[in-house]
Amino acid sequence: MQIDYFYPEYEVVRNKEKCTRCGLCVSQCSNHVHSYSEEHRRMITDDAKCVNCHRCVCVCPVGALKITGSNHQFKHNANWSRRTIMEIYSQAETGGVLLSSMGNPKDMPVYWDKILINASQVTNPSIDPLREPMETKVFLGSKPASIERDENGRIRNNLPPHIALDVPILFSAMSYGSISLNAHASLVHAAVDLGTCYNSGEGGLHDDFYRYSANTIIQVASGRFGVHKEYLEAGAAIEIKMGQGAKPGIGGHLPGNKIVGEISKTRMIPEGSDAISPAPHHDIYSIEDLRQLVYSLKEATGYKKPIIVKVAAVHNIASIASGIARSGADIIALDGFRGGTGAAPTRIRDNVGIPIELALASVDERLRQEGIRGNVSLIAGGSIRNSADVVKALALGADAVYIATGALVALGCHLCRGCHSGTCNWGIATQDPALVSRLDPEEGRRRLVNLVSAWTHEIKEMMGGMGINSIEALTGNRLMLRGVGLNAKELEVLGIMHAGE
Amino acid sequence: MNIDAFAFDFQELNKEIKSSGQEELNIDNCMGQRYIGCGLSRGSLRIRGVPGNALGAYLNGADITVHGNAQDSVGDTMNEGKISIHGSCGDTPGYAMRGGKIFIRGNAGYRAGIHMKSYRDKCPVMVIGGSAGSFLGEYQAGGRIIVLGLGSDQPCPVGYFCGTGMHGGKIFLRCGQLPASLPDQVNAKLADDVDLQEIEEDIRQFCAEFDLDRETILDHPFHVLTPNTKNPYRQLYVHC
Repeated sequence: MQIDYFYPEYEVVRNKEKCTRCGLCVSQCSNHVHSYSEEHRRMITDDAKCVNCHRCVCVCPVGALKITGSNHQFKHNANWSRRTIMEIYSQAETGGVLLSSMGNPKDMPVYWDKILINASQVTNPSIDPLREPMETKVFLGSKPASIERDENGRIRNNLPPHIALDVPILFSAMSYGSISLNAHASLVHAAVDLGTCYNSGEGGLHDDFYRYSANTIIQVASGRFGVHKEYLEAGAAIEIKMGQGAKPGIGGHLPGNKIVGEISKTRMIPEGSDAISPAPHHDIYSIEDLRQLVYSLKEATGYKKPIIVKVAAVHNIASIASGIARSGADIIALDGFRGGTGAAPTRIRDNVGIPIELALASVDERLRQEGIRGNVSLIAGGSIRNSADVVKALALGADAVYIATGALVALGCHLCRGCHSGTCNWGIATQDPALVSRLDPEEGRRRLVNLVSAWTHEIKEMMGGMGINSIEALTGNRLMLRGVGLNAKELEVLGIMHAGE
Repeated sequence: MNIDAFAFDFQELNKEIKSSGQEELNIDNCMGQRYIGCGLSRGSLRIRGVPGNALGAYLNGADITVHGNAQDSVGDTMNEGKISIHGSCGDTPGYAMRGGKIFIRGNAGYRAGIHMKSYRDKCPVMVIGGSAGSFLGEYQAGGRIIVLGLGSDQPCPVGYFCGTGMHGGKIFLRCGQLPASLPDQVNAKLADDVDLQEIEEDIRQFCAEFDLDRETILDHPFHVLTPNTKNPYRQLYVHC
């Protein structure tokens, strides 16, 4: 007997009348759920191995497969859910720290869904983006505090370095190692086509991508993997990763079995060695220390690149951001607690940090109050799911947004949350060459370009509806937002009125 | 070429260094200017005075000599080259350095050699002539850290938590007694001849750099610390 045996969470349902036993599901499932029994001349499924990634369902040429949740259950208990009980069994058996993939799946408030966008009616006419110009270009970086003139009265160019994006959407950091080379290639090429940037993440930059520097943000994290002079030169901007929404306050750990071949080369560490990113940068214990890293990067790259400081949204995020805005950083990236990850301790992911909506609103407000909002641009991430989320983020104070989970979904991710296994059937969170080859970088590029182009058009329509014709005029324009079903405190933090007011 | 650093702030000084185009530069009257030699690929800098934090950060091949003390984060994320300090230095020298050598004649502060890593032909080396503060070689993933304890009256020339999180590389301590509280991930033993061969060249260079007697240094027991597994946290997690 096994105390923790539980009937599988998912059942693979095969329509025997449709199934032609072609065996495609067998060859496509890296989890070995499907097999064909010669002896019994029938298809066999091992439901216990199914992670519900839908690969077999999608490839089955006759539509014979579906995955359903099992109705096997514990006695109903609103407090002790199946997951809670199973986690205890698992920890009692192994003594291990629970580790999960992708963003927080818990039923926590999603403020985007409680915020509504305005539209003009009679006065301030709406704009038709199909027929009238609409500016979606954004410039990220610090803005000079004043206009300077030379002795002849001409305006002196005192503009600090910026990155110019055609759309207010960037692909956020996912390291090579946590995702595949083909996933990275899809992101890079899409960023080039879209006139935006993707982010290398903290695993270094693969040789193939050095040539796309105008569309690349390179990341420097506490482990400093793959960081060297040419790498620093290779980006349009440099991002210092202080924190990540999915795991605020802790570091990262790519296990040695994933440090193979090109990943070892790109991270510049030996094969098989764990890639440990310590929780803090051990040379940063204060804003002054952060300033030192910011300036050492500026010195190393000749003050030509804006420096981004990425932090997780936590309780005192407004004070933290105030410090960062005084550190010499040009851009602050805020990552909300629903942000994704290749792997994070479950308790941290699900319980630490705050929603990006509240963090963003309070940071924007604090920086304005202190008169330093112009010191930095703000990028908001940590679960931007659609173009309406983008518009709401901009109106709450963001200059642009980061998307990552959404981008992976566009590439085929079905959010099965099995990234840690390394057997991603969609060729995204895996380094198995056979699985990686399932993701065609050209197809990935096309789908990402489609997604962001469609969102951009929707953003233009929403902006047009409000009578706004540029992203700049939308950023921080909270009058364009109203809350529904939010209490007075939530509205106060968000800095918006209730619908009807 | 000589640069008198007295009148310059760090930006002006570093601009001057970069724009000089000279292979050999002497910087006099250094008064704590930061980021000197940041990312420098070639040539040599000879500094008199006290350079500020992040001296030689991302250093990529140049040679820096300091006739005086240095401050925090010497050789942060250094890739190649050499830094020698005739005095002592502050905290976190050699943070995440991947290649090149750092020689410190005197003492180093906390977290020396944190997250040093080696890769292929690159093997970073840091030799500390005196003693090192706590957290020496924390998260060390590769390379060699050597602490000689010259002039130290302590039985062991390092502070607490030496090698915490170490998962690669080696630490050589010139002492007859091990640090008081070695973490579980670290194996320690008396260095034998084979071990000592590994640091022979490093010691030779260190002695040549600071005009010290090699025999006196080597005629003393050394301990060598190594990680007891490359994957210290493999057993920690369970997926759910």
